[in-house]
Amino acid sequence: MAKKQQTSKRLNSVAALEALRKAIVASRDPDKPCITVCGGTGCLALGARDVIAGFKREIEKGGLEGKVSLKITGCPGFCEKGPLVVIKPEDILYQQVKAGDAAEIISETVKGNIVDRLLYVDPNTGKKTTYESDVPFYKKQKRLLLGSNSSIDPTVIEDYLALGGYAALGRALSGMTPEGIIDEVKKSGLRGRGGGGFPTGAKWETCRKAEGEKRYVICNCDEGDPGAFMDRSLMEGNPHSVLEGMIIGAYAVGSHEGYIYVRNEYPLAVKNAEIAIEQAEEYGLLGRNILGSGFDFSVKISRGGGAFVCGESTALMASLEGKVGEPRAKYVHTVEKGLWEQPTNLNNVETWANVPLIIKDGAGRYAKIGSEGSKGTKIFSLVGKINNTGLIEVPMGITLREIIYGIGGGIPEGKKFKAVQTGGPSGGCIPDSFLDLPVDFDQLDKAGSMMGSGGMIIMDENSCMVDIARYFINFLEGESCGKCLPCREGLKRMSQILTGITEGRGKDGDIDLLERLSATLVDCSLCALGSTAPNPVLTTLRYFRDEYEAHIKDKRCPAGVCKALVTYSIDEEKCPGCGLCAKACPVEAITDMGKKKPAILDKEKCIKCGACYDVCNLGAVIRK
Amino acid sequence: MVTLTIDGRKLKAEEGKTILQVAEDNNIYIPTLCFNEAVKAYGACRLCLVEITRRGREKLVASCLYEVEEGLKVKTGSDRVVANRKMLMELLLARCPNNKEVQDLARKLGVEETSFQQDDNQCILCALCVRVCQEVVGVSAISLVNRGVDRQMGTPYYEPSDVCIGCGSCAYVCPVGAIKFEDIGDTRYIKWPNNKMEFKLKKCKTCGSYWIPERQIEYMMEQTGLPPDTFDNCPDCRD
Repeated sequence: MAKKQQTSKRLNSVAALEALRKAIVASRDPDKPCITVCGGTGCLALGARDVIAGFKREIEKGGLEGKVSLKITGCPGFCEKGPLVVIKPEDILYQQVKAGDAAEIISETVKGNIVDRLLYVDPNTGKKTTYESDVPFYKKQKRLLLGSNSSIDPTVIEDYLALGGYAALGRALSGMTPEGIIDEVKKSGLRGRGGGGFPTGAKWETCRKAEGEKRYVICNCDEGDPGAFMDRSLMEGNPHSVLEGMIIGAYAVGSHEGYIYVRNEYPLAVKNAEIAIEQAEEYGLLGRNILGSGFDFSVKISRGGGAFVCGESTALMASLEGKVGEPRAKYVHTVEKGLWEQPTNLNNVETWANVPLIIKDGAGRYAKIGSEGSKGTKIFSLVGKINNTGLIEVPMGITLREIIYGIGGGIPEGKKFKAVQTGGPSGGCIPDSFLDLPVDFDQLDKAGSMMGSGGMIIMDENSCMVDIARYFINFLEGESCGKCLPCREGLKRMSQILTGITEGRGKDGDIDLLERLSATLVDCSLCALGSTAPNPVLTTLRYFRDEYEAHIKDKRCPAGVCKALVTYSIDEEKCPGCGLCAKACPVEAITDMGKKKPAILDKEKCIKCGACYDVCNLGAVIRK
Repeated sequence: MVTLTIDGRKLKAEEGKTILQVAEDNNIYIPTLCFNEAVKAYGACRLCLVEITRRGREKLVASCLYEVEEGLKVKTGSDRVVANRKMLMELLLARCPNNKEVQDLARKLGVEETSFQQDDNQCILCALCVRVCQEVVGVSAISLVNRGVDRQMGTPYYEPSDVCIGCGSCAYVCPVGAIKFEDIGDTRYIKWPNNKMEFKLKKCKTCGSYWIPERQIEYMMEQTGLPPDTFDNCPDCRD
């Protein structure tokens, strides 16, 4: 019986797909209020599960199933203000919603009212905003990929179909040749979003032409950069868009077998990808004879064990083959000899998700978005010292200023922007003189950084750039696979030198040694992990050399971060003897001498935690 | 056949050969530590890097892995190559400051001392031992364990291996003498950097010398199907 049902769902032609789409759309009342709750990892961590349970309870209690529907969606991006709730079809945005708000939201929504107190308030203007698209965070974005996240329950393929999902696949399989598709992707100007920025169409073409018994396509969802969650949110929130891209790509390169390599630390991404594959198979969008076209393609999921280096394509393929995830030299490219020595086309999650857009709307329309050498949009995870932490999608070529101040809402507590690190741990730190830099592959390269997969970490005036470089080198040292000498030994020494500098042991010649060592890592490393690893050091040396010199020559940390180089003291003129600092001190290094008598700080006892400095509003605690 | 230039010398070479092979065939010295013709090229020590010109752009490639092509121009001793090689040797010297082979090679490449903090290892992690054990001997008794800076070579969990046959290929192939191998009386001692094992040796029926681990005989019999008496005599005493 179950089997019969399965066969009945199967779509045997593009016409059947379109008919199904119409039926799904017709069965849905576009005016019926729909409460969508973000079920992305960020909002779940902020308590979205309780909010969802609250809505379910209230709907059931009031018997309101007919009047309002509830949908758990992927991440719309504004993580800072989660848990997020959007009321459709108007797109009213409620932020920081709690389970206790459910009853009020439902009763007001049913009446067509708005819950004023849950609306977003602009911290700069104090203005309340009702609709999602009017919130400054969203206003300057162009959400081609993420835009559907808040309309789709990622576990329901019909939601994706209702929004035009798999129409691109229909178009590809019914009216386009593989060469035609490759041509279209080439014309679109799409470049790989995983970091390298290699032209996607050219890659597909080489793979198609390469000789081999079999061809494979792979989706790289092994996102491992600290603070990055672009691929995660796409795979969690809209897995069918990735899958559709993969099927089109497989048809174009002539592959019948694909893999999604996703890290096991992304359980929701794994789960939603699994569900999506199952549903696509049921509808005949994956498997044998897709949409009656005669084209076969299946996708399997392979879960990574959490090694950062496995995001590198050759290491990923080794891992997929069941070997230790270590890279190999790429003098013969993976598009010619990749997985099991066969031609393999690997693209990143975001690259795959762009493909349906290009095929559906045409390369011409796609290529209108973006800058000259970088087309389309790019998703960034905007994190660090920024007001609006979250996931953003912007057209290529937008300036850093627009991202940081327009979308990100600037730096918290009115502090000064110092630098932005783009491109993940092996990206570079770009200073404020580059705020008007258009963000695209080539411009970021020129500035000494890189696009990477799209991490964007903002640093303010309180960040020590030497310490930042030390942090990222430490991370990379821990993630180096250890195969090649320059990466393994070089990062270890680089880390020792940087740690020495931050701990007051810096000496003459350290900067020169760091530069020479960096040059060797860039030139000699076996894979991109090692060859890009020195970027944080090289860019901070390029733009913040004075900070290195202050640490080494003056034994001083200008940002007051490096504990070994900082001393705290009390300014006796300014101290009114309020005792706040003494209370804040966790080790009783400060003695409160009573009102109007300056506090006394015992430098021997002081652990340099900075608690006294933070509580004193009068500037009576001096940090040097 | 392709024509290429190495250090200004015009050479003809078979397609499919690597730059390193062609250089060696023509007595051009390129230093290397992790290459041995008994196993697949690995490209880990990076000492064999050479500078090539391709489509007008210069880049460094591992000569043990890069296959020759028509018109290829190779420089084995350009300033860029030399500077990088020296830095690599400094890194190796910091890792293994007391290893004689490393010291000798460093000196040969113009490096007297290292600028870095020094450890005290003997093993350079070239993985030749591991690769020989897997690719040539076929037992995979030793492997590389841990990742990155914590990487070491050893038997699983550093415990005596069930599959090691005591053949000593690992010690033989080690380019820096980091694996010690000694036969004393009826026992063979293999000392890896992180653990060691002992093997009982078999006596030659004719001359009475101990010549091969019993485990190695068992393994060879298993592999070849030869009868046990094949191994009664040592190679010197065979007919």
